[in-house]
Amino acid sequence: MSESTFGSYGGQYVPEALMPAVQELEDAYERYVLENEDGFMDEFRERLRDFGGRPTPLQRAERLSDRYGREVYLKREDLLHGGAHKLNNALGQVLLAKYMGKERIIAETGAGQHGTATAMAAAHLDMPCEIYMGATDVNRQRPNVYRMRMNGAKVNPVEAGRGTLKEAINETMRDWATTVETTHYVIGSIVGPHPFPKMVRDFQSVISEETREQIDEQVGRLPDSVVACAGGGSNTMGTFHAFVDDERSAKRSSADDSSGEQREPREHVSLYAVEAGGSSLAIDEAEGLAPNSATLSTGTDGVLHGAMTKLLQSDDGQIMESHSVSAGLDYAGVGPELSYLVDAGRVTPVNVDDEDALNAFHRLSTLEGIIPALETAHAFGYLERAHEDLGELIVVNVSGRGDKDLETVLEETEKRDLEAAPEIEVFGP
Amino acid sequence: MSGIETAIRENNPALITYVTAGDPSLEDTEAYVHALDRGGADLIELGLPFSEPIAEGPTIQAAINRALEAGTTPESFFDLVADLETEAPLLVMTYYNMILQYGSEPDPEPFVERAAGAGLAGIIVPDLPAEEAGPLREACDEYGLDLVFIVAPTTGGERLDRIMSRATGFAYVQARLGTTGARANVSSATHESLARLEEYDVPKAVGFGVSKGEHATEIIEAGADGVIVGSALIDIIAESDTPAADLEAKARELKAGALEGVDAPEPEQP
Ligand SMILES: Cc1ncc(COP(=O)(O)O)c(C=O)c1O
Repeated sequence: MSESTFGSYGGQYVPEALMPAVQELEDAYERYVLENEDGFMDEFRERLRDFGGRPTPLQRAERLSDRYGREVYLKREDLLHGGAHKLNNALGQVLLAKYMGKERIIAETGAGQHGTATAMAAAHLDMPCEIYMGATDVNRQRPNVYRMRMNGAKVNPVEAGRGTLKEAINETMRDWATTVETTHYVIGSIVGPHPFPKMVRDFQSVISEETREQIDEQVGRLPDSVVACAGGGSNTMGTFHAFVDDERSAKRSSADDSSGEQREPREHVSLYAVEAGGSSLAIDEAEGLAPNSATLSTGTDGVLHGAMTKLLQSDDGQIMESHSVSAGLDYAGVGPELSYLVDAGRVTPVNVDDEDALNAFHRLSTLEGIIPALETAHAFGYLERAHEDLGELIVVNVSGRGDKDLETVLEETEKRDLEAAPEIEVFGP
Repeated sequence: MSGIETAIRENNPALITYVTAGDPSLEDTEAYVHALDRGGADLIELGLPFSEPIAEGPTIQAAINRALEAGTTPESFFDLVADLETEAPLLVMTYYNMILQYGSEPDPEPFVERAAGAGLAGIIVPDLPAEEAGPLREACDEYGLDLVFIVAPTTGGERLDRIMSRATGFAYVQARLGTTGARANVSSATHESLARLEEYDVPKAVGFGVSKGEHATEIIEAGADGVIVGSALIDIIAESDTPAADLEAKARELKAGALEGVDAPEPEQP
């Protein structure tokens, strides 16, 4: 059996009814994903290429490089089919569900990107599919709701709480606890009970595997820094994974080194996980509200959605309602592997607030001709603020494109005086 | 034998009732617990509300929301429990994060120590499978509390053996897949589950979907030692103008139904 934890994080904190399914999945993960049984991984890679459009480019950002006086490269996951990194995972899991003989797919979604990717993968592989999405998110990410429906998925709005990702996960878990014998739950990030965090990371690791080769080919060396936004952290770990061992000062103790082998890396690659600072980093205990999603920087250890990890929670252990202008980062938890790597000093958690993310959204749109997802914009907000600390060669993951966010950005831009925003006339009806 | 196991064995067939503490206020909960105690409940589960109740259906989710809105905290919950005097032993049902966060470091022991001090007899944790229960099990052993495990329709093989060998108090037999909530019928999975559990010498109580005296009869006939009722009681709390009196009457109906199941001849296994 594969290790179910990352240090003290991770585990399998799920209702008893789900344990047999989680263990069945563990077995399938080991056989098909880790051991390529029946050529599963070969088929997965082939479909990622032909259906998904991989590999995605690593592109030198000319105007950002000029602006910051250092080399900035963009990993273009926005060019993956569906417009975000989410398809890497969704396609992997729906294919795995097929190999396991499951008959139905369910998934939660926040921004709707994971739901969209899952709906596409399910249509592609001929599986019935239902998506749970918080009612607030249904409203702010409507284009994605339409896309899911176009692909034949049923979209179930979830009214509980603030109607965001956390509530959508709760409701999907309840569905799974009822239908577990026939249904696979395609979880959308590196969260949930083991083996989800490892499995989703493995499906997403194609991002960093390609990046490592591409940067070596184009520049002849590894980057000084790799920057990615983090909600649950799937694009983040996908972008980091192949660089985690590129660390010169071995801060982690040897007991933590699961690979066993010690190699002295040529170069040190710094890893930055950019979370949503929202409107403020303060917590309102009385209201149960954290107006941010900066779990890695401000959270404390606890159990949510099947795993021990860092959480935004009250002293009593009630989970906070998080906030971010970007639905995909709006989550009170985070992947257990990121919690572990942050404690180990390998990943640096930073955060960017709503306003800086919006500015970064406009900057990338006008300077580079790339309209990023609001989630992604957080990574570029950090680049703007901290580029001087990031070395001479920087890779930023463009986790997704921003078509889904245009309405939100227009609304939020109107409310503010944003330095990077162009004059936008909103045409009347 | 623990107090909980004794309560079930001596009152077999036992009635186990659940209400959410603080729904709609802790003072009301106190009155409801006494009403259930008078009505013949042999064990009373009190839910300590957690913001993410993934094992709960809409009825108990709503009760938990009302309890949280009323400001129920672990401390006010324990204060209530410490003041309650009932015939029936009390158990706390809550999610693992609530247990971990009590005290200054994430650790189950302070919660268990406080629970024991307040007079609780046991703990049920719907999101803690046996595989992750080591630290809580240890703390419960130290303070003499029962840790009640849930057995689902999907639980089988080696895992079932392991769970039953660690079960204390009673085995909570989940009658059907899915979440809590009152249903019209007893699930057919109940009979299968009880048949699978027959060989284990631990009292078995069946919950998830039980709402009427007839259900209790059928479940006891099928070989259970007790029935567990929650959502049907929450419905009374949410809807009745005289909830305490109606809860007491409901407890009597359920207990009478359970007793009827004892005398009936063993039915054919389906
Ligand atoms: C484009 C994009 N980037 C990032 C995220 C955040 O997810 P994760 O942290 O798992 O990569 C989302 C989530 O919806 C997204 O749509």
